[in-house]
Amino acid sequence: MGDMIVVQDLVKNYGDFCAVNHVSFTVPEGRIFGFLGPNGAGKTTTIKMLTTVLDPTSGSLRVNGYDPTREQKQVRRSFGIVFQDPSLDDELTAYENMDLHGILYGVPHGERVKRIDMLVDFVGLGERKKDLVKTYSGGMKRRLEVARALLHTPRILFLDEPTIGLDPQTRNHIWGYIQQLSKEEGVTVFFTTHYMDEADRVANEVAVIDHGKIVAQGSPSELKERTKCANLEDAFIALTGHAIREEEANAIERMRMMGRAWRGGRR
Amino acid sequence: MKAIYILCVRQLKRYMRSPARIIGSLGQPILFLVALGFGLRGMFARAGQGNYINFLSPGIVSMAILFNAVFSGIEIIWDRQFGFLKETLVAPVSRLEIVFGRMLGGAIVAFVQGLIVFAICLLAGFRVVSSPYLPLGIFFMFMIALLFAGIGTVFGSVLQDMQGFPLIINFLIMPLFFFSGAIFAAAGLPSALKLLLRLNPLSYGVDGLRGALINQFAFGLTTDLVVVTVLTALLLAIGSYFFSKIQL
Repeated sequence: MGDMIVVQDLVKNYGDFCAVNHVSFTVPEGRIFGFLGPNGAGKTTTIKMLTTVLDPTSGSLRVNGYDPTREQKQVRRSFGIVFQDPSLDDELTAYENMDLHGILYGVPHGERVKRIDMLVDFVGLGERKKDLVKTYSGGMKRRLEVARALLHTPRILFLDEPTIGLDPQTRNHIWGYIQQLSKEEGVTVFFTTHYMDEADRVANEVAVIDHGKIVAQGSPSELKERTKCANLEDAFIALTGHAIREEEANAIERMRMMGRAWRGGRR
Repeated sequence: MKAIYILCVRQLKRYMRSPARIIGSLGQPILFLVALGFGLRGMFARAGQGNYINFLSPGIVSMAILFNAVFSGIEIIWDRQFGFLKETLVAPVSRLEIVFGRMLGGAIVAFVQGLIVFAICLLAGFRVVSSPYLPLGIFFMFMIALLFAGIGTVFGSVLQDMQGFPLIINFLIMPLFFFSGAIFAAAGLPSALKLLLRLNPLSYGVDGLRGALINQFAFGLTTDLVVVTVLTALLLAIGSYFFSKIQL
């Protein structure tokens, strides 16, 4: 079994601001890897670079053995993703969203129909699959996105805060299935979350990132041992401090947005 | 190819599901047709220029297509705002297929709006003079739609805020429309305006469409065909380029 994700010395700068600062880690095939950090720490930026939608400033990346900056098609075929923000077409039905995804990923018609039915049933949306997504609640949309990410049987799953806004029942249900996929089919999972109990329970390994740098890496129990904390949440706070990041991160985000608007949108 | 097809279908579905959009975007062309068409009809006839409704209708059809095609670019901004753009950008299809699907979808929607306005013009008294060329007229309508869907894509890819797009686009669309020969002929204009008309891509679309429908060319069929085809190819290429540069 090889490494499905290899990140070496990854850097992403936005002007003077360093969002990701010399980050390195590897994720072996079939593992569930938790990428933890406060808001604005660089988690989503890292995922964007791994998933080919953002070019790194420097450093090297390998996803399923391919380079996301050059071999984009092979990389894109390798993973499924649940984004942090919504990414469904509200004006289409759940089934149409799934079908469009299947066609974009080249899933043959027969298999597509079978897998869509299986997956929408699995996330409990079977009876609502003909309804427009704009009539769905936030939790239902989230479940549909998880189902969609699995449609083309990817080798790697990127989950950027996948369980935000979900009730404990659904969270357990979805993580149960993902753990099963990882165990039985060797799917590699890379996820971010703010729920430390969740990370503690499902991750084989976690990395803690803060201010763009990895501050700790290891299994959840190793991190707890090292920080002498009883649970991962305390360990996380011991590693990253008590200061609240939201404001600072938002100010930077705002500045970036302003800059982008003024420079005509592209970086 | 399948990606192009499904992205087109998506846009058509969204269009069909929004009757407000279909009817709403008919308002402006109908206003111009009624106000200008019936308002200036008498004067036009007294000046010995013939039937103004016949002269104006191809221009109004072009206007409907122009507005809808350019505004199809705003869907890129919506999709960025509401997140669906990400879903297409991580898919294992080339950016070229994605942007072609989008431009084609936007163009078809604009073309259909153009056909609806064409039917309304017939109700208002428009009569096709040279009917053997009707297919040529349809061709020009579709090319106008493609050309301006390309321009819409450029702006939709470069601009990022929903408020800015309509402002900039209105600033662009109105002059394009007024100085295209859609509502008046180039003959007798001051030479500066004549030049403006010559530089406006829409002028050739309007002229081609008018020529095909009522056999009145200002630039000539060959010029219209060549200019419109070349510009359309060029704008599709430029639109694709800007779209392919989008990063999240």
